Amino acid sequence: MHFGPHLLLAALEGLVTSAVLALTALGLSLVFGVMRVVNVAHGEFFMLGAVLAWAITTAIGGDPALGFLAALVIAPLIVGAIALVAERLVLRRLNYNPEATIVATIGMLYIIQQLALTFYGPEARPVEPPFSYRILLPWFGYSGYKLSVIAASALLLLATWLVLTRTRIGLTMRATQYDSETAQAFGIPVGRVYGGVFALGAMLAAIAAVLIVPISQAHYLMGQDPLLLSFIVVIIGGLGSLRGTVVAAVLIGLSDGIISMFFSPTLAKIIATLLVAMVLVFRPQGLFGTASR
Amino acid sequence: MADKNGFFDLSKTTLTRRTALKGLAAGAGLAVAPGFVRYSQAQSSAPIKIGFQSHRTGIGAAYGRWYEKTTAAAVKAINAAGGINGRQVEVIIEDDGTDPGRGAEVVGKFATQHKTDIVFGTLFSHVVIGSAPAAGENKMPYFVVSEGHHVASTKLNRYVFQPGITDVKSQIQSMAPWIAANAGKKVTQIFPDFAFGYDHRDYLPPALKAQGAEVIAQIAIPPTESSFTKYFPQIPAETEVIYHVMVGPAVLTFVKELGEFYGSNRPQLFGFIDSLEATDINSPGLEFLDGSHFWEGSPRYAQANDSEAQKAYRAAVGIDDNGAAVGDPKDVSTAAHMFGCWETLYVVKKAMEDAGYKGPEDRAKLVEATEALTEFAEGPEHPQGPKTFNGKIHQCFGIQNISKVEGGKLKVVHKTKIEDGLYEAEGDYTTQAL
Repeated sequence: MHFGPHLLLAALEGLVTSAVLALTALGLSLVFGVMRVVNVAHGEFFMLGAVLAWAITTAIGGDPALGFLAALVIAPLIVGAIALVAERLVLRRLNYNPEATIVATIGMLYIIQQLALTFYGPEARPVEPPFSYRILLPWFGYSGYKLSVIAASALLLLATWLVLTRTRIGLTMRATQYDSETAQAFGIPVGRVYGGVFALGAMLAAIAAVLIVPISQAHYLMGQDPLLLSFIVVIIGGLGSLRGTVVAAVLIGLSDGIISMFFSPTLAKIIATLLVAMVLVFRPQGLFGTASR
Repeated sequence: MADKNGFFDLSKTTLTRRTALKGLAAGAGLAVAPGFVRYSQAQSSAPIKIGFQSHRTGIGAAYGRWYEKTTAAAVKAINAAGGINGRQVEVIIEDDGTDPGRGAEVVGKFATQHKTDIVFGTLFSHVVIGSAPAAGENKMPYFVVSEGHHVASTKLNRYVFQPGITDVKSQIQSMAPWIAANAGKKVTQIFPDFAFGYDHRDYLPPALKAQGAEVIAQIAIPPTESSFTKYFPQIPAETEVIYHVMVGPAVLTFVKELGEFYGSNRPQLFGFIDSLEATDINSPGLEFLDGSHFWEGSPRYAQANDSEAQKAYRAAVGIDDNGAAVGDPKDVSTAAHMFGCWETLYVVKKAMEDAGYKGPEDRAKLVEATEALTEFAEGPEHPQGPKTFNGKIHQCFGIQNISKVEGGKLKVVHKTKIEDGLYEAEGDYTTQAL
């Protein structure tokens, strides 16, 4: 294959990775930004989204588009509810202590993963895409669904941005992020905001998973890679910065697609990790983060 | 950051004398419980303990589950027929997480804690390679059902055997003539970037060369990869056959993305069914495979000319004509590999009977008795087909099936002969000390 089409394919693949990564990492970034909680179980909420998408599409049957749309609405809601319960039962009781919550979310990671193994099983199960249109380019074919994932993710990111900057809910969240004690003094129910943010973070991961599951499949171990990549993205972009998360996700996604296609996937991972190290050394707050007060 | 609430302050949770005493008492109670001493005086009636190193979690979990089902069925049949040397067989399962480090620990646990007679059942080649030294150190006979060439390479040790499934080198050698004659002469290989994939990488090119065909590109993919489109541009345009062997949970994605990339205008495909074990061949996106060919150790779909032994074996394990669990058509088995568990257990039975095996003190005798075996006749104990066994390299050789995807089923179109897959031994385990 010639260089041009080869690069196009690499860029397309990279953008799909970026799209899903941006949503997942945004969830992680929100939770850290507002609650100062490092949620190690974030990847498992991603996995739950995919597994539930499989369960919902299988239960509904019929037209794949119908089942998929139902999954896109219901799966994140269920995952959000689970996250809310976990927040109430575990994180709140630890007073959001930074060290204790890391250990607690590691525990949640294993509990969720093993429950999925017990009730869902070890198989990778496919979910039919809502439409299977193959775009025929002169050099190669490409899945139309993959392109729609990029568009859907962009829309969702825009929506999240609007909520954060243009609504009252967003304002309370930002106020809590800026200074939770002062926010509380001004009558903001910080506890409820924490619960809501934790659920929202998990829901973003779940939505990303529902979008990706027709491309890959639902599997109980699928949460590991997104977790690692999300941490990389969040560290590079700056914890708690929406803009930084999106920029870093596109950067990591594209470089992963292009480097792994022209060189090797291992090199892509090496470079991403090196980038993290460089950012930590020279700009510890991340590319778009603000220095901690 | 301060640990305000003292979550990590261990001094807060001191062990009181009372707690310690309670724990000791409970431990002592357990030790004298009837279960612990039941067989201590009566060794002859104690069951033979087989430690099953199972991939219950990790990327091999789908295989692990079916290996367990097959093993349970074989043990049930062996026990119903009177056990081994008049003793019942008991299987103790430990999960290795499909991880080599954990695998070695599990072998150690079987040797020192469960005190099993043998260890059995491992599939993934990196786990076998990681566990084999532990088996050698503990002088624990280790019967794997792995398909890799590592046992036959004689690079492991005298305690490791693979008597139930043919190794990759032999499989490839026996199928290369068919590939060159029927699929095409210019082959691109796609394989997982670890031990099992390397067997394919190393043995396919010479096997094809001997048939006047050649491997024109080799593409290694990390076993944990979840997206594959980015590798496909490396496939040369003049490729006539794509030879694919993939493992792990993302194999379905691999085939789907290959379909999106090529559409109907694809090269011939020859794959190892490992790419689709435990996966329904009629899953959405796999229409692309129609007309392609697969290696199968034992056919997933019931064939018109199945032997009575094959039918009885399928019924005992509980798989229907489509190779799925009876009563759950979506629960597809790993039929191409799991027969090896059944056959290996019967080999163990034969060797233990030949050795007059009584207990762990006879493990060396068991090793020698296994090495003395030469042939396994087709029948209820070996439903996949006849096999020969080379005691010097601890490896069996059987027939291979090449199946074509037709109308959503796999139909066997070619069976190799045992002689096609024989090669010169690379070493001799029997010269090693026991």
